[in-house]
Amino acid sequence: MKRREFMQLSGLSLGALALPSGLVMGREVSAEQLLQPGADVAFKKQLADIALNAARSKGATYTDVRIGRYLQQYIFTRETQVQNVTNAESYGVGIRVMANGTWGFAATSDVTPDGIATCAATAVAIAKANSKIQTEPVVLAPQKGVGEVSWKTPLTKNAFEIPVKEKIDLLMNVNGEALKYGAAFVTSNLFFVNEQKYFASTDGSYIDQDIHRIWPTFTVTAIDKAAGKFKTRDAISSPMGMGYEYLDGLASEKIPGPNGLVGYRNSYDMIEDATMAAKQTKEKMTAKSVTPGKYDLVLDPNHLGLTIHESVGHPLELDRVLGYEANYAGTSFATLDKWKSGTFNYGSKLVNIVADKTQPYTLGTVGYDDEGVPCKEWDLIKDGILVNYQAIRDQAAIIGEKESHGCCYADNWNSVQFQRMPNVSLRPGTEKRSVLDMIKGVEKGIYIIGRGSYSIDQQRYNFQFGGQLFYEIKNGELVGMLDDVAYQSNTQEFWNSCAQLCDKDDYRTFGSFFDGKGQPSQVSAVSHGSATTRFNGVNVINTGRKI
Amino acid sequence: MAIILTETEAKTLLQKVLSYSKADECEVNLLGEQRGNIRYARNEVSTSGGQINQNLTVQSAFGKKVGVASIDEFDDESLQKVVRRSEELAMLAPENPEYMGVLEPQTYGKSNGFFESTANVTPAKRADAVAQSLSQTREKNLVGAGFLEDSRGYNAMMNSKGLFAYYPSTNVNFSLTVRTPDGKGSGYVIRGFSDFKKLNTQTATQIAVQKCLGSAEARALEPGKYTVILEPTAASVLLENIFFSLDARSADEGRSFLSKPGGKTKLGEKIVDERVTIYSDPANPELPASPWSGDGRAQEKTNWIEKGVVKNLAYSRFWAKKKGVKATPFPNNLIMAGGTSSMEAMIKSTKRGILVTKLWYIRSVDPQTLLLTGLTRDGTFFIEDGVIKYPVKNFRFNESPIIMLNNLEELGIPERTVSTESDRNYLIPPMKIREFTFTSLSDAV
Repeated sequence: MKRREFMQLSGLSLGALALPSGLVMGREVSAEQLLQPGADVAFKKQLADIALNAARSKGATYTDVRIGRYLQQYIFTRETQVQNVTNAESYGVGIRVMANGTWGFAATSDVTPDGIATCAATAVAIAKANSKIQTEPVVLAPQKGVGEVSWKTPLTKNAFEIPVKEKIDLLMNVNGEALKYGAAFVTSNLFFVNEQKYFASTDGSYIDQDIHRIWPTFTVTAIDKAAGKFKTRDAISSPMGMGYEYLDGLASEKIPGPNGLVGYRNSYDMIEDATMAAKQTKEKMTAKSVTPGKYDLVLDPNHLGLTIHESVGHPLELDRVLGYEANYAGTSFATLDKWKSGTFNYGSKLVNIVADKTQPYTLGTVGYDDEGVPCKEWDLIKDGILVNYQAIRDQAAIIGEKESHGCCYADNWNSVQFQRMPNVSLRPGTEKRSVLDMIKGVEKGIYIIGRGSYSIDQQRYNFQFGGQLFYEIKNGELVGMLDDVAYQSNTQEFWNSCAQLCDKDDYRTFGSFFDGKGQPSQVSAVSHGSATTRFNGVNVINTGRKI
Repeated sequence: MAIILTETEAKTLLQKVLSYSKADECEVNLLGEQRGNIRYARNEVSTSGGQINQNLTVQSAFGKKVGVASIDEFDDESLQKVVRRSEELAMLAPENPEYMGVLEPQTYGKSNGFFESTANVTPAKRADAVAQSLSQTREKNLVGAGFLEDSRGYNAMMNSKGLFAYYPSTNVNFSLTVRTPDGKGSGYVIRGFSDFKKLNTQTATQIAVQKCLGSAEARALEPGKYTVILEPTAASVLLENIFFSLDARSADEGRSFLSKPGGKTKLGEKIVDERVTIYSDPANPELPASPWSGDGRAQEKTNWIEKGVVKNLAYSRFWAKKKGVKATPFPNNLIMAGGTSSMEAMIKSTKRGILVTKLWYIRSVDPQTLLLTGLTRDGTFFIEDGVIKYPVKNFRFNESPIIMLNNLEELGIPERTVSTESDRNYLIPPMKIREFTFTSLSDAV
């Protein structure tokens, strides 16, 4: 599903709730069924070996098999009503093989020895058929087998074990608080995902993983009927690689900001945020319309994450750089010659961007990727210079790497795995600096919080971003809320205007829960960490219009 | 059991499901779908595959207590289980004040959206269609990346008051981006049809090739307000934001571009140029669509905007009853009436303007005014004194489709096209618009 469709859903205003196709994968089950254990590891190993042997006997030179059970629970409410509770389970096997130097893939929901052997044979037949029109054989980076291993998202409260009633009560409280503080309308949603994945390959890996993700969110709407005006504010939560404990709202994980604003690190207080949102949405109704021009921007991590995602994460996906996404998502300005030069100034010297799939509580973090590569951390931009990309096994050789970066992912057992974005984060500053310290140094600026409208070209040069909250900064102080704000810039120019970073105490992650890529489109979830960061002299436009 | 059920098979299955029901009211929706695709990039096939999907959803109601459950297995035991599950959920659910009960049997018009030519597409036929495209890009030393996806399927429903509806349909979408090896030129084409026989990948590829070659070495123009000619696919990604916002309830609640000061809506008001008429018609032979909506209401030919005036809004049955109006459902297709000008004539009559092939990454900036942003892509050309003079660098725009349709200069002949944002098919004319707002330049090709 495209992120756009999802955003329409999350800010849903239709009376009847129809879930867009693709949001829910698999069949609907009871909440209790989600708690039943899947097949045990020994049985999955037997099945996996059947696939590996069947493919080898048909002529495959490499095979990997993914036995996946994917669980989802989504809850949607508006004001005082529950609109929908969806519990879904999807179980099956995806088999990828290499034959004659060409990939073949097949998947089946018939998880039996016969079903799996047939599926493996189909995958080999497809590889052999496709090899006739392939001109260059695929080269896989070597990967030593890791033996029989397992990995689990470290969590203290499995969200699927929390009764649905408790979750609905939470959302009703959230809606109630928003309405109490002046919201005309409010929608709130909870998304829980659990991927139980078993991976085996002819390299000698047997990997069992149990991965959890959570995303609480809402949209509050204020209305001035007399003036015919409305404004909204979305939650400033982040989707996380955590269990239900993310909703504990721990005081120790709150970062106090200016004007009573609160940033949430690894624990979210949904009711507090809804209360603030209701008040802020009313304030937005009378906020001053921005005067266009150049401003120094102070960007909160809950906003900057999406800018990192679009202007650094996507352009450094190696498959885009090579042209595999040309017909849909596009290619990239960050071409191989720029990287090879070793001198391409992506950003100012302060810009250090790291890729990882290991940072605790994040969406990208797992033990191993979907081709059995152990996850790690590596630099993409060092002291402002482009130094690397995001690659998988069949791309590593192209950039002279001896091993994959571990960025392979498929959104379901029946989807073929391909290169997806790891967590891509901006390292915080090394000098002690709070948000207030940063604002003090700004003469004419705007402090921006939250994910708003976003758009970027197909090679990731020109972008335009909005936000949820905009505060005008004059002579080192916040002087009031602004409206109709969007900034337009060019990726290289923007990152070279990076002038100051807050330190690690302000570091937080932002996340994208349904990032779309590929044809047919697949979703993935990814986090982006940063501390509040200042960018000088960025072009701000006024988006107010009359119709 | 086959994935695509005939009308008789679907009816038999639905009757069986309803026979298990113990609720006051029961409604069952059923669908089956098979998709096949082939994807290529760098002039090589990269992936190919298929997807099968079937689903049965049961809604049971005891009074106003409603429960919904769905399943993708159709054996007797699974069917009984899904009915019981929906009934259990209904018993547990609080009363839904907006539940309207199931509909009496309805009368539906005829619409033929199912074509054997599409239903019978084989992997070999798909590969052949793509080969006709690849051979051109390879021959011309250009780089092709494309995607062809065909689907066949059906929807059916039945309820405890005896309503039964069935609609089979097919579709094929083909899109292609052709680039020069040095990355300085890029051209695009997209086609969508119900009937595979209408798809000619060879002629479509010629268009993308021509745009690719013609777009290399683009010159920079200053951003600002320009007369533009939007090809149908470029227009569709803007116009569909109007289509998605036709909900009466949002307008009545004050949170739509169709809301107006004082708590009223713009229903009955002229909001765009009087040459603009947008309607839905399930029986249109060029863009056939299901003659019934998901809750069983009949889809009739409906004018949404007629000669610039908002004529109808879409209602849920609950909201229509509350407002005492006819419950017009959300449309299943959308058509914009056009003029008689050919694309060539529209270019010829342009003194100074920009021809736009495709718009990309469209996002809402302000739902109050339907202000959208996005960029031109894969074929943007400067027109002077009636001829295409040279390619220009891509622009970012900030524009509302409502403002745009007030600045209408000319409409061309409508054609079936595909939105590159939503993948939906529409029937839309190319259009000439004055004072379209480009706000910055992009280096992207």
